[in-house]
Amino acid sequence: MIGEPILEVEGLDVVIPLLAGTLRPVRDLAFAVARGETFCIVGESGCGKSLTALALMNLLPRRARRSARRLRFAGTDLARLDERRMADLRGDRIAMIFQEPMTALNPAYTIGNQLEEAMLRHRRVSRAEARDRAIFLLEKVGITAASSRLRQYPHQLSGGLRQRVMIAMALMCGPELIIADEPTTALDVTIQAQILHLLAALQREFRMAVILITHDLGIVARVADRVAVMYAGQIVETGAVADIFARPMHPYTQGLLRCIPVPGRTRRGAHLGSIPGLVPSLMGELAGCGFRNRCVYASPPCAAGGIGLVPLSPQRAYRCLLPPRECAANAAAAAAP
Amino acid sequence: MLAFALKRLALALLVALTVSIISFSLLRLSGDLAQALAGPSATAADVEAVRKAYGLDQPLWVQYLAWARQALHGDLGTSFFFKEPVAAMIAARLPVTMTLGVSALLFALLVALPLGILAALKPNSWVDRLALTLSVVGQALPSFWFALMLMILFGLKLRWLPISGTASWKSFVMPAIALGYYGMPTFMRLTRAGMMEVLASDYIRTARAKGLRAPAILLKHALRNAIVPVVAVAAVQLGFFLGGSIVIESVFALHGVGYLGWESISRADFPVVQAIVLVLALFYIVLTLLADLLNAFLDPRIRVG
Ligand SMILES: Nc1ncnc2c1ncn2[C@@H]1O[C@H](COP(=O)(O)OP(=O)(O)O)[C@@H](O)[C@H]1O
Ligand SMILES: [Mg+2]
Repeated sequence: MIGEPILEVEGLDVVIPLLAGTLRPVRDLAFAVARGETFCIVGESGCGKSLTALALMNLLPRRARRSARRLRFAGTDLARLDERRMADLRGDRIAMIFQEPMTALNPAYTIGNQLEEAMLRHRRVSRAEARDRAIFLLEKVGITAASSRLRQYPHQLSGGLRQRVMIAMALMCGPELIIADEPTTALDVTIQAQILHLLAALQREFRMAVILITHDLGIVARVADRVAVMYAGQIVETGAVADIFARPMHPYTQGLLRCIPVPGRTRRGAHLGSIPGLVPSLMGELAGCGFRNRCVYASPPCAAGGIGLVPLSPQRAYRCLLPPRECAANAAAAAAP
Repeated sequence: MLAFALKRLALALLVALTVSIISFSLLRLSGDLAQALAGPSATAADVEAVRKAYGLDQPLWVQYLAWARQALHGDLGTSFFFKEPVAAMIAARLPVTMTLGVSALLFALLVALPLGILAALKPNSWVDRLALTLSVVGQALPSFWFALMLMILFGLKLRWLPISGTASWKSFVMPAIALGYYGMPTFMRLTRAGMMEVLASDYIRTARAKGLRAPAILLKHALRNAIVPVVAVAAVQLGFFLGGSIVIESVFALHGVGYLGWESISRADFPVVQAIVLVLALFYIVLTLLADLLNAFLDPRIRVG
């Protein structure tokens, strides 16, 4: 990580008490995000990415409980902040963009009303000033005829436009950190690319840090500075994006990388694998490695105890019993045709 | 919106027409009208004369058209018993029934909305249980029994409120509660279910992500959406209250339309009964139409096509 961290997370846990037992969808997460960088959290559906994002915002579902050894945003201890003060940060200095643009806007109010409201909540501005800001940002996110769009209702806009509106809404107060949870998953492929471009451009222009959550390594390759790979509630590998793509250490990361097409390397029409097997239950403690029943390198020791993160450099770590040399060899063997 | 409104209006007119035919038939089928008009002491010749004079010898559809024309001009016939125009009799009683219906609705909403919201905010809490209990009890209690209990407690024991008549606004307190209590469970369950659903929706999470405070989230973002079905049902419920006030008006001796209807039935004063059925049914139709239009107006997805 280059530069001063804006967000530092250590020992972040989320538990959900259920009738059948305690679900532990986020386990002992640790990462830091620098000002102005794009940090990606990538992993299969159900591995705890959304709950991680909601935990950072303190927007978890009612039953879910969060705990953290360290949760600092720009020097403020979020773990100790009461809901009032946290709400003061939300939408002001930390903003969030959700996966579902079709349902994330209130059907009863105009786009303008919902945009202005985000600013009126945190700034001493008039409605006219908030409206000017909304028009400015709608134009920034590539919406034409912005001032007439303000009078429209969400149902009159397409999914892509709504997601642009959501992005503009997140920008209303000029946040330092944006958390985007699969912002393009619900959109058409062509629109996806536009929205990602837009996010990247806005991030450079407004110098924001972005936590981008996705299940798509292709997206990670395009936009991320650094990445954390999540599996079954844990970070199994983390590092700079180029490094991870060049030298994936964890068998799960290697498996994920085999599943994406690489320009120049993957033949057109070639079969893209998917990792066989099922994600383990997130109930209770994990005994051993959560990936072992899907891992071709698994051996008896993988079933015992907790597997710690192996640091390779201050930026780079992976969670596997295999020594680094062996991991590198496996990666090389898998990459060979 | 306009197309929607016109469609609903057409439907309402169709229903009104049907109701008017039923209402018309009610009187014709209730016995020999000519005999009733001529009176018990009339001779057969008298009855025939009356039949001719009133056009009762004409085919039924001719009679219906004549009756409908008069009804449209505000002439709802003459009471057998009072020999007065029925329209004037109903008009004189309508304010009492309206006051009762509207205050019953207000009472029901005033209790049901806050309780429903609180219950939705804290499912399975004591507020939720209280709300559930009230609504179960509300639907199980016979309204006359509940009215009598109110009378005994507040009228006879505590002497806070008059037990009959329409002398002041106080006279309407107990009837409004007795009538409104009956509709409250519906509003409460609708509010609770609506709020629960809306509070779990994505746009509420968006509102929280913006840092909005609880009142803005609850009232502006949640209630505004959860209230739509309640508003629609409230309009329909008012129709029920206007029509269903017979028992309450009788118990509290409120001289409203319902009470008049009840008296007229026991006096076999069919023109009055028929006219009341017609008027209340029309109210109901208008209120249902209003509910549909309100519903559409409150939902931009229908209003702004
Ligand atoms: N409100 C909830 N109640 C119970 N379980 C939940 C709830 N939300 C999420 N989960 C479970 O937690 C796990 C992680 O969910 P999530 O963070 O949404 O995954 P992702 O975003 O990575 O797809 C999943 O197994 C999911 O079923
Ligand atoms: Mg998710």
